[in-house]
Amino acid sequence: MSTLTERTRTDAARKTPARRRSRVDRLPYLLLLPCLVVIGVLLLWPLGQVVTMSFFRLDNVRQLRGDREWPFVGLANYPQILGDPFFRTVLRNTVLFAAANVLLTMVLGTLVGLLLHRLGRKMATFVAGCVMLAWATPALTGTIVWKWIFDDTSGLVTWAFNALPDGLSQALFGRTDWSGYGWFNSPLLFFAILTLVVVWHSFPFIAVSVLAGLKSVPSELHEAARVDGAGPWTVFWKITFPLLRPVFGILVVLSTIWDFKVFTQQFVLAGGTQDRPTFMLAIYSYAEAFSPPPRYGVGSAIAVILTLILLLVTGLYVRMVLRQEDES
Amino acid sequence: MKKVALNGAGLLVALFAVFPVYWMVATSLKPNREIFSATPRPVPAHPTLEHYREILTGNLIPGVTFGDFLFNSVLVAVSTVVLSGLVALLAATAVARFRFRLRTTFLILLLVVQMIPLEALVIPLFLMIQRLGLYNTLPSLILTYLGFSLPFAVWMLRGFVAAVPKELEEAAAIDGASRSQIFRKVLFPLVAPGLVATSIFSFITAWNELIFALTFVNDQSRYTLPVAMTFFFGRDDTAWGSVMAASTLFTLPVIVFFLLVQRRMVSGLVAGAVKG
Repeated sequence: MSTLTERTRTDAARKTPARRRSRVDRLPYLLLLPCLVVIGVLLLWPLGQVVTMSFFRLDNVRQLRGDREWPFVGLANYPQILGDPFFRTVLRNTVLFAAANVLLTMVLGTLVGLLLHRLGRKMATFVAGCVMLAWATPALTGTIVWKWIFDDTSGLVTWAFNALPDGLSQALFGRTDWSGYGWFNSPLLFFAILTLVVVWHSFPFIAVSVLAGLKSVPSELHEAARVDGAGPWTVFWKITFPLLRPVFGILVVLSTIWDFKVFTQQFVLAGGTQDRPTFMLAIYSYAEAFSPPPRYGVGSAIAVILTLILLLVTGLYVRMVLRQEDES
Repeated sequence: MKKVALNGAGLLVALFAVFPVYWMVATSLKPNREIFSATPRPVPAHPTLEHYREILTGNLIPGVTFGDFLFNSVLVAVSTVVLSGLVALLAATAVARFRFRLRTTFLILLLVVQMIPLEALVIPLFLMIQRLGLYNTLPSLILTYLGFSLPFAVWMLRGFVAAVPKELEEAAAIDGASRSQIFRKVLFPLVAPGLVATSIFSFITAWNELIFALTFVNDQSRYTLPVAMTFFFGRDDTAWGSVMAASTLFTLPVIVFFLLVQRRMVSGLVAGAVKG
């Protein structure tokens, strides 16, 4: 019986015209071809090239144009960077900043997501609309506005601190006149403001994603738990969180990736690449390569280090998405 | 009581989210003496369009107007959208309509390349642009943004193509339509709304980008808006009215476009994570 079916099947396959079969096989690859070329040339090739460039001493734009030769230095750029105490400052800045921002964004985003879920229909739509506005604002202009809010003469924050009762201001901060106070001068304060800007930009995505997740959870579960006397804290950690664990996992990974390579906000807030004490990996790599004197090789090596760190995080992300595609 | 607390918290969140955007627009409408007064007014007392007139009619640098930067930005963004949309549509059709050996590999590739830190590609792409002789040209930016926007565009568009019932194409095939006819007359019109949504994301990617535009273009008359704004306003802390007017003009189209398509954004990024 089985041999019979087998034979019929092979016969049928043989009867299919060869031309038609090969067309069916080739078409999807033809359709993919332009996309593969673009990805290959504009993303994968540069990714390989940045690794190659990190093995050379490149400090002249003529070398890039191909007018001068590239002296090969092997891995020498790496120990030079890793041994530099300044690199450790940069790495510490990057890791601490990313950790603080992921944590704050996740906490605020989740709280807002939970809040949106509890609000009445009209109020929820209104708040969600406002939150969406922060998300939609381009990194560039969002940062410029915050810079204006923290302006040292006419900024709103400077005004607010000036408006504090003198005694209170003196007791808390040791000064009463805040006009001309450089909010961006100390690294710690700079990072605090940068955190404010980045969290403001990124909490809406978390909130909206968490809300979407919450809507997929049957409300009976929450009601049952509440009837049993569980408080909101218990309900969240015992019911909501376990159910939305995959969503939270992906959101944490995405936030980590984004916060590790913050560039535009920092560049605009610092007004360029001069503020070395607040450097993080992305801007450090850029400044090495493009602030005179250019050091493209060293810049590339820093970019490779940043990429390796993110590669680890990305590995996690891809595993999670694939697992979910399998489950659904 | 509890409801009041919840609504209060909601209003606080809304205020925090909206305030900077509001402050940008409000400042842009204030005359200078209100902007630089010791006590800021929450609402412009004497609203004026003078800052808009200033940036729209004046030359930001001799011979170059805001309109020129706007033109550069629009040209770059629209070219990116067209190229990226075309290439993405072909690839999305392949992925959504065919089962072939390397399909899963391709999907994984799409996910992985979206995670490449673009900030790490400035130096090698700068090298490529120099070698191709494209330094200081707008096509250098169009090429770059095409690469950046394509993976997400394919990822998003494949859902739209998959949502078109296959039976329609089969029916057309039975009626004797050729493959290219099916593509143009059946699939394309049905996918068009998805293509619009995808295009908006590519547009926003290209429109907002700063680092590459700052690095690949040197000639001031070829600056895109973001570069012009960092370059001319980032250094000049006195003209906040004009800065905010320019920022408002730059931000407005993005917000409008974004609100039109943000729903897809969540589903695209968290790719099926919330499916029950």
